[in-house]
Amino acid sequence: MNEFIGSMNIIAKSCNLYYGDFHALKDVNIDIPEKEITALIGPSGCGKSTFLKIFNRMNDLVEGCRIEGEFRIGGVDIFDKGTDVNLLRKNVGMVFQKPNPFPMSIYDNIAFAPRTFGITKKSELDDIVEGSLRRASIWDEVKDRLRKNALGMSGGQQQRLCIARSLAASPKVLLMDEPTSALDPISTGKIEELMDELKKDLTIVIVTHNMQQATRIADKTAFFLLGELVEYGNTDDIFTSPRDERTERYITGRFG
Amino acid sequence: MRKLYSALKYASIAALMISLVALMAVVAYVLINGVEKLSLNFVFGEYHPDAPTLLPALIGTLELVAIAAIIAVPIGVASAVFLVEYTRNKGTLVKIIQVATETLAGIPSIVYGLFGYLIFVVAFGWGYSIIGGGITLAIMILPTIVRSTQESLLSVQEGLREGAYALGTSKVRTIFKIVLPSAAGGIVTAVILAIGRVISESAVLILTIGMVVNKVPESLMAPGTSLALDIYYFANHGRPDEAAAAAVVLLVLVVLLNLLAGWVGKLIKKSTYGEAK
Amino acid sequence: MRGVFLFSAVFSIIALVTITVFLFASGVPFIAKTGFTKFLFGSDWIPLADTPSYGIFPMIVASLYVTALSVVIGIGIGLFTAIALYRFCPRRLVAPIRQMINLLAGIPSVIYGLFGMTVIVPFIRDYISPSGVGYGILSASLVLGVMILPTIVSVSLDALTGVPNTYYEGALALGASKEQATFKIMLPAAKSGMLAGVVLAIGRAIGETMAVIMVIGGSPEMPESLFQSVRTLTANIAMGAMESSGDTLAALIATGVVLFVFTLILNISFSVLKRDKSDKHTEKKRKWGTKK
Repeated sequence: MNEFIGSMNIIAKSCNLYYGDFHALKDVNIDIPEKEITALIGPSGCGKSTFLKIFNRMNDLVEGCRIEGEFRIGGVDIFDKGTDVNLLRKNVGMVFQKPNPFPMSIYDNIAFAPRTFGITKKSELDDIVEGSLRRASIWDEVKDRLRKNALGMSGGQQQRLCIARSLAASPKVLLMDEPTSALDPISTGKIEELMDELKKDLTIVIVTHNMQQATRIADKTAFFLLGELVEYGNTDDIFTSPRDERTERYITGRFG
Repeated sequence: MRKLYSALKYASIAALMISLVALMAVVAYVLINGVEKLSLNFVFGEYHPDAPTLLPALIGTLELVAIAAIIAVPIGVASAVFLVEYTRNKGTLVKIIQVATETLAGIPSIVYGLFGYLIFVVAFGWGYSIIGGGITLAIMILPTIVRSTQESLLSVQEGLREGAYALGTSKVRTIFKIVLPSAAGGIVTAVILAIGRVISESAVLILTIGMVVNKVPESLMAPGTSLALDIYYFANHGRPDEAAAAAVVLLVLVVLLNLLAGWVGKLIKKSTYGEAK
Repeated sequence: MRGVFLFSAVFSIIALVTITVFLFASGVPFIAKTGFTKFLFGSDWIPLADTPSYGIFPMIVASLYVTALSVVIGIGIGLFTAIALYRFCPRRLVAPIRQMINLLAGIPSVIYGLFGMTVIVPFIRDYISPSGVGYGILSASLVLGVMILPTIVSVSLDALTGVPNTYYEGALALGASKEQATFKIMLPAAKSGMLAGVVLAIGRAIGETMAVIMVIGGSPEMPESLFQSVRTLTANIAMGAMESSGDTLAALIATGVVLFVFTLILNISFSVLKRDKSDKHTEKKRKWGTKK
C-alpha cells in the first residue's frame, strides 16, 4: 500500500488525456509546490478542470477517458496498482463548482468521511466536526444548528460546509474546481480568506475563471489553452510579464 | 369550419361529463350497496356460512402483500441500482434487462396466474397456497418497482455521488449512505403503489391460491383468499351486497394507499432534503 | 456487492425466461399435436366430449371484438375528455379532476366486474338486448371501456401538455380560433404520445380477465351478436384452469401462449412507438459520464 507521507508536491509528466478520440490534454508537464496555492486558468473547455480531476482520479468515473503519463503526489504514483483510490481521495480533497452538501444534517455531513474511514466514537467525531468547521471558519455560524439539514444553509455557507467536509478527511491536498463561481462576492471573499489560512498546511490547486481571483490568492498560476499548458510560473510574473503571447492576449482579455 | 370545431368542443365537454359520471357511478354503486352491509363483524368477525366475513380475506391479503413485498422490493431496488449505478443504463446486458422488464410489465395477469399455477401448484406440488400466489404477485410487481426506482435514482443529483467519491467513499457505501437515502422518497412511494396493485389483483390469485373464502389460512402453504377474490366469489355466489361491502373495504384501502404513497413520499423527501426543497 | 446487484437485475431475465419456457413447453407441443390451424381456427371447444375438440377461434374472435369495441368506447370518450381537461375546462377544476381520475385508475378491475355484473348486465338485458341476454360482448366492452378510461385520459393529457404552448399561441396569432388551434394544431402534435396511450389501452383490454369473466357469460361459442354469452381468451384460461387436467389443461396453457404472443406483439409496437422519444429523454436526464 502506498502511503501519503512527507512533502505534498504534485508532479505531472507527459500527461495526455483522451475522451474517446478527443485529445483533451496534450503533453502537460507541471510541478506544483506544496503548501502553496496554484491557480489553473484558461478559457472554457481548455482542459483545466479535467486536469485537476486527474489528481483525485475523478476521471476514473468518466466513460471512455484514457490517461497517459506519470503523476505523483508526495512521491506516490497515484495510478500505481498499490495505490488505493479511496485512500488517494481521502488525502486529496475536492471542492466542486456547485456546493453539494449531502441531504443530511450539518454534523453528519462533516462526520461522513471520518465515519467512512472507521471512526465511530462520538467524542472523537465531535472533535473532528468542531475542528473542521472551525478551520473552514463556519463554526460560529452553525454551532447551534449542527443537527439541522445542511440544505437549509445559504449557498456560501454550503460551500464552506463542503470545504469543512473535505477537511474532516484530513487531506494533504485540496483541489478546488471553480469553488466560488456560483457564489456572491461576500461569500467569495470569505472563501478566499479561508484558502489563505488553509495553505499553511495544505497544497491547494484551484481552477478559476476569475483572473482577479487568481492574482489575489494564487502563488503560482498555470495557463491552459486547447489542452496545452501554455505557461506556468509565479502569479506575479504571469500577470505582469507573460512570456507567451497567447497568455498575454488571454490575461488582457483579448480572447477567452 | 368554425362550426365543426365548436361542435368538437362541446363533444369534448360532453365526453368529460360522461367520463366523470361513469367513473363516479362505479364508486357510488359500491358505496350505496356496500356500506349498509358493512359492520365490524362483517369485516373482522369469525366466518360463518350464513354470515360470511372478510376475516380470511383480510389475513390472506396481508400475507400476500408481505410475501410479494419481501421478495419484490429488495430484488427490484437492487436491480435498479445495478442498472443506474453500475452500468449507467448502457450496454447490451442492460438492453436485455430493460426489454425483459418491459415485457414482464406487459404480460396479462392471467398469464402470470397460469404460470403460478403451473410452477407452484403443479410442478412444485404445493397445491393452492398463499405463498405460491405471493411469489407470483412478486414477479408481477417487480417491473414496476424496478422502473420507478430507476427513475428515483436518476433524479439524485450527480454532485452528491461525486461529493461522496471525492471524500474517498467506496461505491457501495456511496450507494447505501448517499444515493439510496436521497432517493428514498420516490422508492417508498413506488413500493406503496405496488402494494396497491397487489391488493387489487385477483386474476393471478384465482389460479394460484384456491379461493378458499371460509377459512383463515393456517399457514402460508395453505390455500386462502384475498379481498379482491372475495368480491368475485360473493358476486358469483348470489351475494352481491356482500360483494359490494367487500368492494368498499378494498376501495378504501386502495384510496388510502394512494394517498399514503404521495404523503409518505413527500414526508421522506422533506426529512432528507429539509425545508429547503 | 456488485454481484448481488447484478443477480437482482438478471432476475427479471430469469423470470421472463422461466415464464416463457413453462408456458411454451406445455403449450406449443399441444398446439402441434392438435394442429396449428385446427387449434387457432377451429371453431369447436368441447374439451370434455369423448372425442374432444380444442378450437379457440371463437375466443380469439370474442377477444378481438371486446378489445376493439372497448377501445373505441374508451378512446372515443377518453381522448375528448383529455381535450376538454386540456382546454375547455375551468382552470381550477383541472387539477382536482385529474387527481380524481388518477385515483379512479386505481380501482381494482374486480370492482368494475362487480358493477358490470350487477348494474350493466341487468340493464342491457332489460332495456337494450333484443335477445333478452345481458351477458356478452356489449356488456364486457362497456365495462372495459370505462375501466380503461382513466389510463387513456391521463396518457393523452400528458401528451397534450407535452406540446410546447408556443404552437398554440402561434396558431392563435395566425387568426385561428381557440378550438381550431386545439384540434388542428395541438392534437396532431400530441399524436405519438396519444398513440402510445392507445396501445397501452389495447394491452389492458386484451389482457383483462376479472372484469370480463363477470359479464361475458362464458359460453365458448362463436360470437354472432353483441348480446350473447361468449368467452374471451382470458376468460377461457380463468374459467377452465381450476377444474382441468391433462389435455384440457394443456389446451388452456396453449391459450395462454396465444394470449402471451398477442401481448408480446403489442409490447413491441408500444416500445417502438416510445423509442425515439424516451431515448432523448434519458439522455437529457443522465449527464453522468458525458464529455465536457
